[in-house]
Order: sequence, then C-alpha cells, then structure tokens
Amino acid sequence: MMKFERYEWVAITIMISLFIFVGFIQGWSVSLVILNMCIISAIMTMGVNISWGYAGVINFGVMGFLAMGGLAAVLVSYPPIAESWQAGGRGLGISFALLFVLVIAVMYINKTVIQKRNRYILNSLIIFFGILIIRYFYLNATHNIEDVNPAIAGFLGGLGLPIIFSWIVGGLFAAGVAFVIGKVALGLRSDYLAIVTLGISEIVVSVLKHEEWLSRGVKNVIGLKRPVPYEIDLQNADWFINLVTYLNSSKLNNIIDVSDRQQVLNNLIIDGSGIFVKLSYAILFLIVMLIIFYFANKAQLSPWGRMMRAIRDNETAANAMGKDVVKQHLIIFVIGAAIVGVAGAMLVTLDGLFTPSGYRPLRFTFIIWIMVIVGGSGNNLGAIFGGFVIWFSWIEAAPLTTFIINQLTIGLEPTNALKLHLLDSVPYFRYLFMGLILLLILRYRPKGIIPEKVRHS
Amino acid sequence: MIDFLNSIIVLLNFIIIPGISYGSQLALGALGVTFVYAILRFANFAHGEIMSFGAMITILFTWFFQSQNIGLGILPTALLALPIGIIATIILCIISDKFVFQYYRYQKSVPVVLAMVSIGVMFVINAIIRIIIGTETIKFSDGQKFIMKAKQFKVMTGLNEGLALKSSQVITILITILLLAFTFWFLQKTKTGKSMRAFSDNEDLALLSGINPDRVVFTTWIIVGVLACVAGTLYGLDKSYKPIIYLNLVLPIFASAIVGGIGSPFGAVVGGYVIAFSEIMVTYAYKKFFVYLLPSSIEPTGLVQLLSTDYKFAVSFSILVIVLLIRPSGIFKGRVL
Repeated sequence: MMKFERYEWVAITIMISLFIFVGFIQGWSVSLVILNMCIISAIMTMGVNISWGYAGVINFGVMGFLAMGGLAAVLVSYPPIAESWQAGGRGLGISFALLFVLVIAVMYINKTVIQKRNRYILNSLIIFFGILIIRYFYLNATHNIEDVNPAIAGFLGGLGLPIIFSWIVGGLFAAGVAFVIGKVALGLRSDYLAIVTLGISEIVVSVLKHEEWLSRGVKNVIGLKRPVPYEIDLQNADWFINLVTYLNSSKLNNIIDVSDRQQVLNNLIIDGSGIFVKLSYAILFLIVMLIIFYFANKAQLSPWGRMMRAIRDNETAANAMGKDVVKQHLIIFVIGAAIVGVAGAMLVTLDGLFTPSGYRPLRFTFIIWIMVIVGGSGNNLGAIFGGFVIWFSWIEAAPLTTFIINQLTIGLEPTNALKLHLLDSVPYFRYLFMGLILLLILRYRPKGIIPEKVRHS
Repeated sequence: MIDFLNSIIVLLNFIIIPGISYGSQLALGALGVTFVYAILRFANFAHGEIMSFGAMITILFTWFFQSQNIGLGILPTALLALPIGIIATIILCIISDKFVFQYYRYQKSVPVVLAMVSIGVMFVINAIIRIIIGTETIKFSDGQKFIMKAKQFKVMTGLNEGLALKSSQVITILITILLLAFTFWFLQKTKTGKSMRAFSDNEDLALLSGINPDRVVFTTWIIVGVLACVAGTLYGLDKSYKPIIYLNLVLPIFASAIVGGIGSPFGAVVGGYVIAFSEIMVTYAYKKFFVYLLPSSIEPTGLVQLLSTDYKFAVSFSILVIVLLIRPSGIFKGRVL
C-alpha cells in the first residue's frame, strides 16, 4: 500500500474537515449532497488525470463520455417497453444490419482498391447510397417507436436490471466511443486534439438529445430505480425507527410528554431517512472511488506507468526504444474515458434522471479540467483533492459571494439598484472564481496543489 | 421557366443569403482565431467570449444612444455604438495579454498550457459578461428591419416565391467585405503587416531582422479586438444577443479556422463560408426546390432533408474531422500568415 507524505495528510485532513464544517454550519444533509458530488467529480478527475497526467493525452471530450455513462444508466435500469420494440424493433434491426454491411463494404474497398482517387470515388458513392437505403428503414422504425405513447414512453426503454450494473456498462460505452475517437483523432497535435475531442463530445450529446427512440431526447428520462432504499420505505421500516430511537435515546428521554416525544421522533425519522439515503450513496461512491484510486496508483507505479511517463516526457525517445506510442496513447485514452463513463453513470444514478440537454461543456468539460490542473496532474491524490476542492468552491461560491456583496454594500440602501443587480447575479460569480483560481494556479503553482512526485525507480 | 426562376429564388432566400451572412460572421471570427494562432501560437478558447464582450459593450452604448434619441435613421443605432465597442474590446484584449498571456509567452510555454490559460480567461470574461448584462436574450437591432420584404418582391416580380432581404444581412456582408479588404491590404502592403507575416513565418529570423516582438503582438491584439467585436456584434444584430450562444459559436469558428488551414487568413475566410454553407445546405429541406424543378409525376414526397436541423452543429464538426483525416493542414496549407 502506498504511503502519504505529510502535506498529503494535510490535504486529506482539509478535505474531511471542510465537510464537517459545512455539516455544522449548513446541516448534514447539505454536507452529504456536496460530498456525493465531490466524490463523483473526483472520479471524473481521476479519469482525465490518467490520460493527461500519465501520458499527456489531452481529453476535452469529458462531457460526451459522461453522457454515454448516463445513457448506460438509462439503458440498463429502465424497464423495457414491449410495444416500442414491437413497433420498430425489426426496422431498427434491419438498419443496423445494413450499417454493418456498409462498414464492411467500405473496409473491403479500402483494402482492395489501391488507387487513391478511385478509392475516394467508390467510397463516397457507396456511403451515399448506403445511407439513403438505411435511412428509409431507420426513419420508419424510429418514427413508429416515437409514436408509441409519447407522453410517457416513446423510446425503447432499457433492460430493467439494477442500476448499479450500469456503472460498469457506462464505462464500456464510454470506452467504445473513446476507441472510435482515438482511432480517428489521436496523432493530431495536442491543441488540435483538444478541439476535436470537444467537438466530438458535442456531437455525442446532440445525438443523445435528438435520437428520441434511444434516450427519449429532450423529453428526459425520469424515475430511474435507485440502488439504495427510498426515504418513504425507511420511514415505515421498524428497524430504522428503532435505530433512530436508539441513537437519540438520551434526547428523547428528556421529553416527558408522550405526544411531544412522538412528534420529535417523527421529525428525527424524516431527517434521518434523508441523511441515511445520502450516506448510503456516499458509501457506495466512496467504495468505487477507492477501488479506482487503488488501481490507478498501482498502474502508475508499475512498469506500464513508467513507460507512460517516458512516452509523455519524450515521445521520440520512447518510440526509439521500441514502445508503440500510438497504441499506448489509444489504450490510455480509452481507459481514461472509461473511468469518466463510470462517473457519468454514477451521476445519473444519484440524480435518478437523465437530461441530455443538461450536458454543457462549461460545466462538464472545463470545470473538470480546472479540477485536474488545480489538483495536480499526474498525481491521483491531487486529482481527488482537485475534484473535492473545486466542486466545494463551485457550490459554496454562491453563499460566499452573497456574504461578500452584503458586506461591501453595507452602506447602501437595501433598494439600491447596484446592490440588487449584484445580488441578482450572484450565481455568475462562481465562473469568475473558477477562472481566477485556474489562472492563479497556472501562474504560481503550475504543477498543481499536490504535484506529481518525481520518482527515481 | 417561371418554375425554374421560382426554384432559384427559393435557394437564394433560404440558403445563399443566410449562408453568406452567417459565413461572414464565422469568417471574421475565424480570422481572429487564426491571427492569435499564427502570431501567439495557441488556440484561443476565449475568442467567443471576446466577441460576446464586444457585442455587450455595443449593446450598452446602443441603449444609451437610444435613450438620448441619437440614431442613424434607417440604419441600426448599433453601428454608431460599434466603434466604442471596438475600442473596449481592444482594451480587453490588451489587458488580458498584459496580465495573463504575456507571462507565458516570455516563459516560452507549450501551446497546450496557453490554451488552458485561455480557458481561464474565458471563464473570467464569461462571468463579467453575465454579471453585467445577465443571460437574457436581447434584441437590439432597430431602424428599418427589411430592405426588401418577401411580399414586395412577389408583387414586384410576379413570382410565387418571395425573397426577403434583411438589412442586418446586407450590413453584415458590406462590413465584412470592407474589413477583410482592409485586413489583407494591411498584411500585404504596410510595414507592420509585413513584419507580422515575417514573425509568423519564422520567429527567430524575424527577431534577428530587428522586428520588435512586443509591437507585433500588440498590433495583433488590436486586429483581433476589431475583428472579434465586429463579428460578435454582427452576429447579435443578425440573430439576437445571448451570452451563452457565443460559447457554442467557438466550435464552428475553430472548425472554420482549421478547415481553411489554421494560421492562413485567406483559409480562415474560406473556411468560414465552407462551414456556414455546409451547415445550412445539409440541414435544409429541399422539398420546395424540387417541387418547382421536377415534373409533378416524380415530385418528392418527403422533406428531402439530409439531416434534421437538430444536427446543424454536428455538421461543422464532422467536416472538421473529415478534413483533418484527409488533409490535416486544411484546404489552404496553414501556419504562415
């Protein structure tokens, strides 16, 4: 097991005490909500950190991979809709079979036709007509599916399995997309790669937004089954009531009046059930985070991790030593994306709903990158720290700004136009904070708060 | 014959005129991105926000002029406010360079770090814009809205199809022509322009020849400020101003710059039009066009649309990916001004 340096212990202590502090100030429920999102952010950050920090492969497609993870959560956990399958299942099957044939045909042409010009002409012809034929079947089928009960269904539904499986499936989905992107785009220079991955992630999200047969599109999927108990069940479960009574026995015993005591107990149970649900989420997420952290560290310390650092630091030299740089770049890009996909599935699990239009690059790509840079690229603990700190400040920026504005404008009338305008725009100050944090870190601590350890092994 | 004319009018009205005006806006944006890339050598993610900032200042002064009853008659008041917006945008560019980018330039940081820095700048400008003007959609075009309305055209020519010409479209096209002509003249004919080209071509050689890099960078930011502010304002004038749109606009702009060959100004302009036209052409429903052109026996039944308009945005990126695969340096070989 790895050993932590002293400053790393300090970082861990800071993270934990932040939540205890918020717990006392704003209540444990708020603290746990932030904690859950922090853990998910930390997993996303580790995913990006693996490709960027280990191997220097830039991945600006975070949003797309998160969305793929979210799609997995829907497809795994939502109960299947039989009528939709009946209405359009066959048509979809035919069109996908045809698509497969088309891909094979293009690959065949690329192999057999040598002359470049002929190859282009043949390819574009066959793709054009192939797509025309596929579209015919496809549009019919999707149209039929979307017509099935559009108010509550209108899509194919999923498999109806427990949603926790989707965390793995989400990783696989994201890995699949990442494989295709990597095949196409890796090998471009890093800033080109950034733009291309950003663009492809937008394409992924726009597909999810508009292919209603698959993801219900902008109509959103709601009511996904939880992996943890529901509050209402807990409130009626004997063991939970006994547990709450036991935990608060001293406080309850002080109340003499029976009806008063019942009243207090009921409130405690309602509060407790909310906290219990969030706590169970937190424990589940924490387990996933620790597993990924453990393996990420193992991998970094392994010969493979050493090779990755060699490739990052000097690609030419690594290539000359016989390392297959292109292949390793692809591998690490796919692994990083898969971890982001897992986080995406977890995010949808936590929310219980899938809203494709909610995926915006500012929130789901750039913030994650700020987490990576601030935490320290190349260091997994740094990635977790960055995820925690940035998400924490993202959430706590609003109350803090309100406080600061109120302090600064204390001399002004409560109806002063400037004061009202500033208080109205409190939500936007968080962007300012994020930008300033990023700029300050890049300027004064370019390796991040917890920098990568230089190893001489 | 009438049918043929009608079909041409349909194309003009729905594809060519909107394509040219949208393409002009993209071209101006892409030109700015290309300038930063050629001289300062990084991908500036903040460019969309700089455009938005320029448009915002223009809007604020448009409101001011409107409240003072100062106007340009049939022309939108925004044209009067545009110079002030341009000056403000230039100041913003120079401030961001002095306080942020300059340090990394002196450090000779790698392009990726500068791209990250530009993301930080993007966040800050984004926040400033939202704090000042909010996130609402703002329409600020006034004056005469149409040069020619669809109905007028129908009465005038007796055709079935109307041809509408918005004044914002004509203004966009005229200003773009002027600005592009000036930029290319500046690059080719003036001493400063030539020194910029030299700097972009070979930095070390340019330094040896006594070109002052700070001066080149300064001039670049001025040009970028002008281009960005004009592009942002024209886009807002033509559609409507909404802060969030400009972040989405960054991607088509990058696509234009790369498709044309990043670092090549002419390529950026061509790329802008390529992207704009392909976005519009791929997502346009050609049914009306074919109804006029083909005999009624083989008229199409569907919309004859390649992709639904929802994918407008994906088109520009698919083109970008295809171009990068087939011809990585873009249509016009990039990297030299």
